[in-house]
Amino acid sequence: MFSPTILIPAIINGLLTGAVYALIALGLTLIYGVLHIINFAHGALLTAAMFAAYFAYHQLGIDPYVAAFILAPAFFALGYGLQRFIIGPASHGDDRNMLLVTLGLAVIIENALLYAFRADTRTIDVPYAFQSIDFGFTFLAVPRVIGFVAVFVVALVLWLIMSFTDTGRAIRAVAKEKLGAELAGIDVAHVYAMTFGLGTACVAIAACLLIPTYYVNPSAGNAFVLVAFTIVVLGGMGSVPGALIGGLVIGVVESLSSLFFGESLGQMGIFLIFIAVLLVRPRGLFGAQA
Amino acid sequence: MSDQKIPFSRRQFLATTALGAAASIAMPSVLRAAAAPVKLGVLHPVTGALSYSGTQGRLGAMLAIDEINAAGGIKSLGGAKIDPMLGDARSTPAGGTAEVEKMNSAGVSCIVGGYASSICLATTQAAARYNLPYVVDVGVADSIVKRGLKNTFRFGPGFGVIAKTALDNLVTINDQAGKPAKTVMIVHEDSLFGSGLAKLLNAQLPGKGFKVLETIAHPTPTRDFNTIVLKIKAQNPDIVIPADYYNEYVLLARTMLQQHVRPKGIYSVLGGAASSYKFVKEFPEAAKGIMDCNHWFNPLSAKAQALKKQVEAKGQFFTYEVYLNYSAIGLVADALERAASADRAKLIAALASSTWSGHIMPYGPTKFVNGQNQGAAPCNTQVQDNDIKVIMPPKFANAKPIFPMPA
Repeated sequence: MFSPTILIPAIINGLLTGAVYALIALGLTLIYGVLHIINFAHGALLTAAMFAAYFAYHQLGIDPYVAAFILAPAFFALGYGLQRFIIGPASHGDDRNMLLVTLGLAVIIENALLYAFRADTRTIDVPYAFQSIDFGFTFLAVPRVIGFVAVFVVALVLWLIMSFTDTGRAIRAVAKEKLGAELAGIDVAHVYAMTFGLGTACVAIAACLLIPTYYVNPSAGNAFVLVAFTIVVLGGMGSVPGALIGGLVIGVVESLSSLFFGESLGQMGIFLIFIAVLLVRPRGLFGAQA
Repeated sequence: MSDQKIPFSRRQFLATTALGAAASIAMPSVLRAAAAPVKLGVLHPVTGALSYSGTQGRLGAMLAIDEINAAGGIKSLGGAKIDPMLGDARSTPAGGTAEVEKMNSAGVSCIVGGYASSICLATTQAAARYNLPYVVDVGVADSIVKRGLKNTFRFGPGFGVIAKTALDNLVTINDQAGKPAKTVMIVHEDSLFGSGLAKLLNAQLPGKGFKVLETIAHPTPTRDFNTIVLKIKAQNPDIVIPADYYNEYVLLARTMLQQHVRPKGIYSVLGGAASSYKFVKEFPEAAKGIMDCNHWFNPLSAKAQALKKQVEAKGQFFTYEVYLNYSAIGLVADALERAASADRAKLIAALASSTWSGHIMPYGPTKFVNGQNQGAAPCNTQVQDNDIKVIMPPKFANAKPIFPMPA
């Protein structure tokens, strides 16, 4: 019913959007894989990072892509601190408490942002925002292409960290067998905090990739996190490649279903997948066998 | 944004009223000399989803109150000052109703505000129970003034008038340009506002010589408009009619620019961003040439231009919430002046017989029929030279329409 001239751009567009979803899901799945908690503060942290990127450009004139190199370590430290000094101690060793603490953090962060910056929507106008590459059959906006490439670079770096560094090995050990890792002398509280930091750094980078084409207000992050939850389930809880591929799949599904069923129902496609995966393959595409 | 409810405990209230009573017994003449202020409820959603609009509305109301007080208050009441009682509707009808109850207990003479139609429907009804005059600041739903509530007045236009004006003006603009546009595509958000408008346009446009190629609904928020823009590109309509809230409107316009989609015109009705100085300032390239039929101040009024400068000096944008609320307060002040009383029934009578012309809106003197100001009408605006110009009606226009948009 649609000609390839619209179908192919729609698929490409879905991949571009999906890549950013994937990055947000990457942080979420990492934290889930190791700490076994759903981080409800993920959306609020994304919003906070978008505000940070906004102000970096607006006040200091730092390009969002440059700001990513500053914000990623900054948010890594923030995430580390949150887990080490707030979420961890406040949960008293109980995973369910941890979940509630992240929920509480989300409420606090969102309302603090609302108090500080009001509900006003903010956007930045980078000089390349409206530049697009002409592929003959379609135009691709430069910031979205940059975002797509950046996500794969981040995923590669993350994979290298997880595979070849002591921290990565310790994270994997804790994820597999917490007690065993502790007995082997791994500082679990430190590893938890490192993981949370990495997850938060992913969100900070995602924020920098989003801000040139999107907007920020105190609830902007929520729109992405619901999708990220679906991706984590689709890809398999705790699976890094799962998050990456899941993100791309969800991006394309969203784009195509909004093409065929209309934008209002396009969102439904995502959540139908969510339910179908839970019913048919609860461990997701790449999830470990329970 | 902090919630600026007046902190007033029961104890404080009792203490001050007791003191006041004692004082008035002790020295009645002194109190009579300084006229008692008129309490006025200023009700907006300053927290929650609508907080930006609510805060802008409050700003407009407070500017008017400060100006009236500085100019000597209500003269027929011996220079009585207007004493605002600020309320927060928390972006919900229930929140608004609770504030009406509070304001009624505090003895306000009148309430101004509400902003959203849903809030206004609830608050006007709550105020009606106490025969408390209520001036709706924005709330465009036609039902607000169609329930026979004697206390309810709306200074600005309702949805029906706005939609009709928008359609008529679209036809006029197209005719004047030699009818270059024959096809339209409608992109709307899928709640009451966008869907209602889309339905109305779909019913009316074919009769006016336009073919509706496609109508696309989308939820709020929508993260990505690329698919929608691809559809627009495939259909290549002469005119795109967006009916969205601010964020989605901006995303749509930006995505159209990125995808090099340039229809002959972008024409909106109560467009979320189309006649917003913020949008024009932040994305002049994407906003260029966009037309809108919306609330607008009289650009030829010197008073309106002065107010615009005053608002911009505060670092705020001169949005419709500001001037509609500013005007609503002026309307009440005029009625107080003529009623020479803060009594609610007398104030309602004075509002109903209002023929106020000292305002900054392109409405002419006020004339209320069943609470609706008959002269209230929207304007057509277009983004030209990085500014928003009025192109219709000719009486208030400060520019000619540029249509079709140059490629």
